[in-house]
Amino acid sequence: MIWLNQVIQGVLLGGYYALIACGLSFMFGVMRIINLSHGDLGILAAFLVWAIVEHSGMSPFVALALVLPVMGALGWLLQRTMLERSLRAGVLVPLLTTFGLAIVIQNLLFLEFGADIRSLAPAIGDLAYDSWGIGSHIYVGHLAALIFLVAVLMLGGLQLMLARTPLGRSIRAIAEDPDTAELVGIDSRRVYAAAAAIAVMTVAVGGTFLGMRATFSPYAGPAQLIFAFEAVVIGGIGSMWGTLAGGIVLGVAQNLGAQIAPNGFLIAGHAAFLLALGARLARHRLKGLA
Amino acid sequence: MSGRAALAIQRWTPQSVAAVAVLGVLALVLALGPLFLDANAIDRLTTLFIYIILAVMWNALAGYGGLVSVGQQAFFGLGAYAAIRLSSFGLPVYPALVLGGLLAGLVALALSSFALRLRGGEFAIGMWVLAELFHLLVNLDHLINGETGISLIALNAFGPEARRDYNYWLALGAMVALAALVFSLLRGRLGSSVQAIRDSEEAAASLGVRVLAAKRILFVVAGAGCGLAGALYLATAISFQPAGYFSVQWTAYMIFMALVGGLGTFEGPILGAVVFFVLESVFGASGVWYLVGLGATAVVFALYLPRGLWGTLEERFGIRLLPVGYRVTTRRPAPGEPASR
Repeated sequence: MIWLNQVIQGVLLGGYYALIACGLSFMFGVMRIINLSHGDLGILAAFLVWAIVEHSGMSPFVALALVLPVMGALGWLLQRTMLERSLRAGVLVPLLTTFGLAIVIQNLLFLEFGADIRSLAPAIGDLAYDSWGIGSHIYVGHLAALIFLVAVLMLGGLQLMLARTPLGRSIRAIAEDPDTAELVGIDSRRVYAAAAAIAVMTVAVGGTFLGMRATFSPYAGPAQLIFAFEAVVIGGIGSMWGTLAGGIVLGVAQNLGAQIAPNGFLIAGHAAFLLALGARLARHRLKGLA
Repeated sequence: MSGRAALAIQRWTPQSVAAVAVLGVLALVLALGPLFLDANAIDRLTTLFIYIILAVMWNALAGYGGLVSVGQQAFFGLGAYAAIRLSSFGLPVYPALVLGGLLAGLVALALSSFALRLRGGEFAIGMWVLAELFHLLVNLDHLINGETGISLIALNAFGPEARRDYNYWLALGAMVALAALVFSLLRGRLGSSVQAIRDSEEAAASLGVRVLAAKRILFVVAGAGCGLAGALYLATAISFQPAGYFSVQWTAYMIFMALVGGLGTFEGPILGAVVFFVLESVFGASGVWYLVGLGATAVVFALYLPRGLWGTLEERFGIRLLPVGYRVTTRRPAPGEPASR
């Protein structure tokens, strides 16, 4: 029963990972860049929400609604001022600029908010700890279930947007072949900026939920980036539902690892990631030989 | 262009012969440093030598191999950890430090088949994950006492004065040896291979360049170099706390030094390390703002000065102090005359 419980909690945790990972996967799918400041942008959003809640006492959900457009604008601005130029300079430069940006964000957060560990849990009342009991050993937290639901809705929303809307069509065209897309009249600068705005808004949601389900501090971003990246790679880069599957595999591996040994949580997660990556490379190699 | 006979391949310029001679003399003078420098200067220079090693290693990977790693702290930490372990087995402390550092190169060799198959951002974060994993695994060793860490007590066999001088010589020797190794590798066949790979991997492979083998050499050398830097840092700091050694901050410093000095130039990262060292000495005390400044400077250089300080100087003035490439000239420049472009 303990093991079954760990698996269930792992699946739910996977929902959180999918939430922070979908923007990373989306951005890579469209622009072919991995944004190394992705996690830090999520933490920035969590701090903004926290600051609003502290000052006004409003619900974190309302505060998130206020923060989302700001984060979207930030994503747009980021693309226009930094990423656009980085992209033109080759594949390595975006890694360098986003890594530099990550350091700037972390330390500015530290200057503004200090080293204290924060949480949004006190601001959401019962939601932070209420749960449904199944049998005597398994509990499903309301918040964990909500996060999972939001992840599914967000991934579904992104999928629908890509499949059905004019913006989605433009994004797919650009991802396929930017030069040809330009020829048929798609403004790639606008599409890229819109994609960056969407990616940053998704991780803002992820960061806020991190604040509700656990704690965060100015230097918490890199760990979120690593989890997000692991979920994306396990699930297969660029695939939306794959990201959810990858998040679930990561979450389950971590929880089972924690059940085996106290420090097994992170080790098992990293091991699952390396195994998935190794399996993919081996498959490519076999394909290459055939 | 009147005839093909007038074209010549130039590898050394009189300028660069002079530069190598000057650097040789400088290394000799530095080797005598403990005779005329005070204790503080010796300590500071030791740190500078470690920074130069790190910058040269990261540049060899990214600037020449096109491999942006965010996980070089893995080798920095492993080098220090291996030195602690070897010393605990009874190996004399200085051999343990050197061997421990080099063992990190062996780990790089073992990882290379896996890591080098990753592309771009995948390699970058994949290395980061490996560094995190090594950190966690090292913490499992009871000798280390988890994050509390352990001191390299065997260093107590030497007095503080002797230790300071030995550390200094070891760091200087490691820096000169590693820089000379990278220089000769890049001037040789490997240099042409990796630059072809950096520009287009597919095209290089189609011309018969053994892509994986070339990258592997750089990866292993960079692993060993960062490992040695970690062991040297341990020799100066004495205490080993895993979180400090396996911190991504080390890679951030490497990126900053290589970027600001000039990615993909041999001299650049050395200049970058000196710049970083000076900045740290002047602004290090201002703490967090200093780190914000480092990050912002790295962004600005990556976007607007991708060739860094040295690359920009080189372009503007046609200087070649330590040339690793080939240049086609229409005639041999007369001694003292600036080389033609």
